[in-house]
Amino acid sequence: MPGLFQQIQAGKLWDFHGGIHPPGRKQQTTQKPIAVLPIPDRLYLPLRQHIGVAGQLLVRVGERVLKGQQLTSAENSMAVPVHAPTSGTVLSITPHTSPHPSALPELTLVLEPDGLDEWRQREPLNFLTCDNMTLLSRIQDSGIAGMGGAGFPTHIKAGLTQPVDYLIINAVECEPYISADDLLMQEAATTIVKGIDILCRLLNPKAVLIGIEDDKPIAAAAMMAACSQREHYYVRIVPTKYPSGGEKQLIQLLTNKEVPNGRRPADIGIVMQNVGTAFAIAQAVLDDHPLLSRIVTVAGDTLNQPQNVLALLGTPVSALLDACGFQSQPQQRVIMGGPMMGFTLPDLSVPVVKTTNCILAPTAQELPSASTEMDCIRCSACADACPASLLPQQLLWYSKAKDNDKLQEYNLADCIECGACAYVCPSEIPLVQYYRVAKADIREQQREALKAEQAKARFEARNARLEQEKQERQQRNQQLAAARQQQQLASGANTAVADALARIKAKQAQAAPADERNKEQILAERELKKQQAREYQQQKAQQQEQQQNAQQQAPEQHSGQPEQTPAATDNTNSKAAAVAAAIARAQAKKAAQATEQQATEQQVTPAPNTEKSHQAAVSAEADPRKAAIAAAIARAKAKQQAQTENESSAPPASAGAVNKPAAESDAAVTPEDPRKAAVAAALARAKAKKQASAEPTEQTAASATGASEPDAVVTEDPRKAAIAAAIARAKARKQADSENS
Amino acid sequence: MTLLTALIALGTLALIFGAVLGYAAIRFKVESDPLVEQIDDILPQTQCGQCGYPGCRPYAQAIANGDDINKCPPGGEATIRKLADLMGVEAKPLNEAQTENVKRVAYIREDECIGCTKCIQACPVDAIVGASKLMHTVLADECTGCDLCVEPCPVDCIDMIPVATTPERWKWDLAAIPVRMVE
Repeated sequence: MPGLFQQIQAGKLWDFHGGIHPPGRKQQTTQKPIAVLPIPDRLYLPLRQHIGVAGQLLVRVGERVLKGQQLTSAENSMAVPVHAPTSGTVLSITPHTSPHPSALPELTLVLEPDGLDEWRQREPLNFLTCDNMTLLSRIQDSGIAGMGGAGFPTHIKAGLTQPVDYLIINAVECEPYISADDLLMQEAATTIVKGIDILCRLLNPKAVLIGIEDDKPIAAAAMMAACSQREHYYVRIVPTKYPSGGEKQLIQLLTNKEVPNGRRPADIGIVMQNVGTAFAIAQAVLDDHPLLSRIVTVAGDTLNQPQNVLALLGTPVSALLDACGFQSQPQQRVIMGGPMMGFTLPDLSVPVVKTTNCILAPTAQELPSASTEMDCIRCSACADACPASLLPQQLLWYSKAKDNDKLQEYNLADCIECGACAYVCPSEIPLVQYYRVAKADIREQQREALKAEQAKARFEARNARLEQEKQERQQRNQQLAAARQQQQLASGANTAVADALARIKAKQAQAAPADERNKEQILAERELKKQQAREYQQQKAQQQEQQQNAQQQAPEQHSGQPEQTPAATDNTNSKAAAVAAAIARAQAKKAAQATEQQATEQQVTPAPNTEKSHQAAVSAEADPRKAAIAAAIARAKAKQQAQTENESSAPPASAGAVNKPAAESDAAVTPEDPRKAAVAAALARAKAKKQASAEPTEQTAASATGASEPDAVVTEDPRKAAIAAAIARAKARKQADSENS
Repeated sequence: MTLLTALIALGTLALIFGAVLGYAAIRFKVESDPLVEQIDDILPQTQCGQCGYPGCRPYAQAIANGDDINKCPPGGEATIRKLADLMGVEAKPLNEAQTENVKRVAYIREDECIGCTKCIQACPVDAIVGASKLMHTVLADECTGCDLCVEPCPVDCIDMIPVATTPERWKWDLAAIPVRMVE
């Protein structure tokens, strides 16, 4: 039995499981040459047109760019740059509907062409003389990503270090309608072969297999003619069947090898590149012509001239359709990609990108919308059609049940989403859609699991750190305590002192009984004195009563006060006056707090307005930083108010405590009327002075008592309370000012 | 005599097995309760404390000790189902009125931040960076959306914003491509 290589050399072909034979409908476009589209008015260039990450922007809005100029840089290996397809001005860089089934907006550079089509400096390479690194960086810098549809960065696939047995060039193009690769091979076979030469130099494979479906005889002949000089290039004509253009299916067709589950073709020594990618590589290396345009099949019965066009990347789909005589129908659908794997576009401003191979504008008769989905009858037609040998009906069952474990057990990940199962289903079940949803779910779940793992690790690391800090603190405290003890022990004098102390203590203990006796004596003397004092007071009170009886016309208000103020009247020295002043201050503060609390409670209802007015008043101040601080305080206060409102059942003491900073902050926030505040401050100062210089005369004593009783006054006179509040505010403000300065 | 031999034989066997089991109990001793580990793996690790326990692991411990499995709002139905499978109990609906389970991350309005570091102390996964009297910001990729930083903020400058859908995270719409070929 001959070896695999001999069999391949002999031209043997194998087969893969399943597959379908949908009508090709390629004749309407294969007979015409590639049309070159005029430069459109606007070019919409999504910054990411491939699988991977977007590069960093290199240009700014308003900048003029030349044709072929790099618009993004590619520092990351998974990034490929985007180039200006023609010279012009960068109009804007905004989110724009992306050429993706989700149609979510992605960052897009809008370019206004100037019509000059002016090239930048170009430096063609001779690939025979330069090294592999230069070639690979040229491929990456030219923005080349797989042009078959997936858009995988080409320089990664071309820069493999593992040995490669077969390089397969995919020119199968099995999906109906699409003929872009067909036309490219018909018109540029020699350039494609040069691109394959470059790939061979990079990968050094044993053989190059070029797979072409048998419905493209002209293209196959052109490729055979172009390859005639190369020994180990084999053009293989494969029978028309969908999806033989799938990577794994074509590998099986040409080499009888299966790519293991979860692995890549490179793991079994095979690299596959699209024929369009080979063409782009040749252009990039030999002409320094980066990927600026691509061939797009524009097909469908609504078009007068369905044809292949060479469109600049970023051309809106509407421009493409107009160039082909598009006549819109009611409920017209436009599909990007083929009828099997493409997706309906949300609007026609979506641009052509590196992976766009077909724009389809069918009539309703041509591609009817899906009819009602019926129940699965388990006919297993889908299992017969599945090119990946999966069990679609089981997968459908588990996708509907969202049983992700079972889906993974039934190898959903191996599904290539070709749509063959949905095509053959007699119950019209959109099977692929279910799989796509399930796949997205599984991916999301995996992402979540990864994130949960990271979060757990971070949480544990944090806990460990906190624990360590705690232990370190404890250790430090213990060490300090030990050090102190040692210090005490080390100094001998201390021990002597300690001994002395101990002796004194012992002596005191002995002398204690005597002291107690003394104490008793002292206590008895005190009692005696107190009694004498009481007798004296009683006598005095009697005298006073007599006096009052004598002056019966005196106002009643006075009758209450003397009882409350004996201390003030009796103690006539200045020290007592100072104490009274202190008490007065404290009481004033208390009263201020009480009134503030009332005020804040009143403010709760129109809180937003007052807050805003405060902020407005504050923002009038020149210093923006101060204003910001005041705003922050106002917000904090608002939050606290909300909290106190919530805790309406809380005891008043705690409410007062909460309101204390609020009162202070209020004082800081309300500098609307500096004059009033100044007046209040002056009043406060005057009062304090008065109290301090309180004379021992009865008049001043009476005034002091008046000041020392704001409590009583507050209940009687709200105006005085307000003054007290103002004093407190002014004081707080003074403090704040002194802190600020 | 036969009775005696039988007793001796059984006794010897009992001793041998006892020794083997005793050895195995020491040699293959399980360090911690593997059930707790398994439960902890299922929980979403947001460390949000909405279950009433200080973190996911304490709740896992509590479930292992017989607490309800329906106290994890971030995990939602999927977590409850998995826990029910693992614990062999009926899956129950979430015990509180659960709003739609949208993934959110914290966002600090940076010009309003006063740099008090209170949110940094509250974050269970160290996803907030900043220093005293300097602006703070949230590492959106590390944020678990647990809400714990919102309450301590004295100036209310932290918002919980829903995570934007990107094409990578987008889940296919069942009606996206209803395409069929005519024969």
